[in-house]
Amino acid sequence: MTRKELGLIVNPVAGIGGRVGLKGSDGAEIQRQARALGAEPHAGERAAEALERLRRVENLTVVTYPGEMGEDAVRAAGFEPVVIGDIEPGATTAADTQEAARRMHERGVDLLLFAGGDGTARDVYEAVGLEQPALGIPAGVKIHSAVYATHPRSAGELAVLYLQGQVASLREAEVMDIDEEAFRGGALQARLYGYLMVPYRSSLVQSQKVPSRGEAAAQAAIAEDVAGKMEPGVLYIVGPGTTTRAIAQELGLDKTLLGVDVVLDGELAARDANEADLLALLDRHAGREARIVVTPIGGQGYLLGRGNQQLSPRVIRRVGRDNIMVVSTPDKLHALGSQPLLVDTGEREVDEMLSGYLMVITGYNERAVRRVGADER
Amino acid sequence: MSDIREQRPPLRRFHQARWDEPVIFELSREGQRGVLPPPLEPGIRQAVGDVLAGLPPGLRRARPPALPEIGQPQVLRHYVRLSQENLGADLNVDVGQGTCTMKYSPKVNDQLARSPRLAHLHPLQDEGTVQGILEIMYRFEQILKEISGLDRFSLQPAAGSAAIYTNVAIIRAYHTARGQAGQRDEIITTLFSHPSNAACARTAGFKVITLHPDADGYPDFDALRAAVSERTAGLMITNPEDTGIYNPRIAEFVDLVHQAGGVCAYDQANANGILGITRAREAGFDLCHFNLHKTFSTPHGCGGPGAGAVGATAEMARFLPVPLVAYDGQRYALDWDRPDSIGKMGPWYGNASVILKAYAWAMSLGAEGLRQVAEIAVLNNNYLLHKVLGIPGAAAPYAAGKRRIEQVRYSWQALAEETGVHSEELGLRAADYGVHYWTSHHPWVVPEPCTLEPTESYSKEELDEYAAILAHVAAEARSDPERVKSAPHNSTIHTVDHGPLDDPDQWAVTWRAYKRKVGRL
Repeated sequence: MTRKELGLIVNPVAGIGGRVGLKGSDGAEIQRQARALGAEPHAGERAAEALERLRRVENLTVVTYPGEMGEDAVRAAGFEPVVIGDIEPGATTAADTQEAARRMHERGVDLLLFAGGDGTARDVYEAVGLEQPALGIPAGVKIHSAVYATHPRSAGELAVLYLQGQVASLREAEVMDIDEEAFRGGALQARLYGYLMVPYRSSLVQSQKVPSRGEAAAQAAIAEDVAGKMEPGVLYIVGPGTTTRAIAQELGLDKTLLGVDVVLDGELAARDANEADLLALLDRHAGREARIVVTPIGGQGYLLGRGNQQLSPRVIRRVGRDNIMVVSTPDKLHALGSQPLLVDTGEREVDEMLSGYLMVITGYNERAVRRVGADER
Repeated sequence: MSDIREQRPPLRRFHQARWDEPVIFELSREGQRGVLPPPLEPGIRQAVGDVLAGLPPGLRRARPPALPEIGQPQVLRHYVRLSQENLGADLNVDVGQGTCTMKYSPKVNDQLARSPRLAHLHPLQDEGTVQGILEIMYRFEQILKEISGLDRFSLQPAAGSAAIYTNVAIIRAYHTARGQAGQRDEIITTLFSHPSNAACARTAGFKVITLHPDADGYPDFDALRAAVSERTAGLMITNPEDTGIYNPRIAEFVDLVHQAGGVCAYDQANANGILGITRAREAGFDLCHFNLHKTFSTPHGCGGPGAGAVGATAEMARFLPVPLVAYDGQRYALDWDRPDSIGKMGPWYGNASVILKAYAWAMSLGAEGLRQVAEIAVLNNNYLLHKVLGIPGAAAPYAAGKRRIEQVRYSWQALAEETGVHSEELGLRAADYGVHYWTSHHPWVVPEPCTLEPTESYSKEELDEYAAILAHVAAEARSDPERVKSAPHNSTIHTVDHGPLDDPDQWAVTWRAYKRKVGRL
């Protein structure tokens, strides 16, 4: 049996602010405050919980960083790790996470597991981008990113299936983060920072009879439907995401992954447009119809207001509710269960206008009807 | 002498036969024969001449077909061994194949179907010589009319999905007749209606709109409100859904679609929980279909050919497939003169042997018996539901706290998260105790699914045994997960490599394709 190598990074301060009500743990001052309030780090325990699952993988080497950044958790889970790097105990920073991720990627680990929150996911993304299969063990206060499993145990389970080759495909999952300072002030602003390649297992269901090409094939079917039915003279304002990017690819266009691009008559009329660009474009083409094409954020269900704030209340009003085209693969919708698709545009009136039911394009000539509402959780 | 009952362990020490039996083509030896016909007498040879001389060259094979050459006893042993390597419906407590309505198919009905009086009929015989089977078809149609409340039935479609396709073809014909075929291009269904409804609608060229469950797990009525429009061609819906949940607002669903000008088709492939209790007519449906190989016991699952009987209201009956069986009070006949018909949905007039078995089954039960089938099936299901929910790690998602009709789609998500043992692996381990277990078909939205449908055919003792096996396997997932994950241990084969199923280059559904793709034979 071939040897497998797993990288593990623990952000030791992840989640430390949550238990004491600090809404996040980014920044040395907050971490100091949290400790002063009696907060105990628990990211290591959560990492160990995930790792215990991996004991049944044969010929597995676990590579990790010293002490609190992984070594302790790996030993607690019963593994003898290969420890690389140096840290200053009790004073690790985002730079350590990034350096660790970079070094593990350079070593060629088969999968990089990291325990933390949205900030940690951003650091891993900064270091390895789309080059390294990775998966998050949820341990932070803020988890808006779709790169995290729902539970440490499910992260461990998915890692086992991936390392054993039972789950072969990867998907691009969103790395999201909110502005913590604004969040502590009561405002929630989430941004899309990028994507990580995470192992993909259809709807949590283990059925080896399901073709593993599912997600990409579903995106291609959606792209064929939307691109194939685009009307001449209509402005298509296409939001961020891999599903919407597939539509642009179907048209032979190079869409930004994180930005809002505009398509008119099969050409890119704008790339990475901000709110002002979009309003100016709508002014210039006043009298033409416009549509917004958006996809919900995986695992979150946010349709508008998270990761696509360029599609502001003013833009949404100009385009109109009836001209919003929602696209999503069936699996992404199913993973949301019965929760509504969420909107948080920043204007209550616009959120109310958007609520109700919307048709979601789920494949070629396939639609689902989903409720849209504000986050009631 | 000790009591033999005390010597037995609580679960059977089952062990399946393992024969390593080759494919029959590998058993072929040149020159072997199963039957040696006697040589032709010279007089006959002279009188008849060369019977093949008249065959056009295009119909002649250059080489004989590559069929296996094998003696009779070898054929018999081969197939008996294969049968021993199966967990067939006659062998196991077959409640694990939910949605398929695996019930007892009385052997006497097979004997009727095997009788030369049916087996020797030919579909090209003159109507006057097949009055008996036509009468059975006509009488069975009357039974289905009573069960559904609808006005005419076609028994021609030879499978459940063929019946669903018949429904969608009728919906299209209806709108075509009204000049609205171009405008009405959307079919509405629900996530847990049988997926053949969406598939057949797509195959027929419709756009498919799927309603997802609401927060309580029922089909979302407000979503239907948002979905219907002047483009709605129809509603194709299962009730109870594949989760076993009955949609109590079904009549409102039908009304709303009717108001929008759509046609409503009721997928009653599995009507086992509602026979004699609810009818398509009272819910307002225009069309429905029954799988005779599910509800009507004829039997299901590679046990024989299928049949999907399609029913229609008087208004829709003109679109049914041809021919229908007509009766003028004296004589039965095939009615081909139906100008609005969608045409033929299969060869001839249906699977006669299946229709005969379904008729015999229904007649042996009578109206009260049919209702009792549903009542016992529902009781059995809710008894098993109670027992399974008593096993730690099992759940019945959607419609929390509510009972189910004839089946349940369970979830082992909690057990899988705790132990790392997946639903499919529980099923492979259950095979070590001699029972079949299945996960779910599309849509794969219930995590770690398992679909059980006990029907009316199983005794309380058998359901107890099945539940005890599940409880044992779930407990073992905690105490010895490797034992479960490496199962089956007592079966014909161990694990199967599913990789080739995803790889068209390795698919081989014929021996010829296998030889070509594997290339070493």
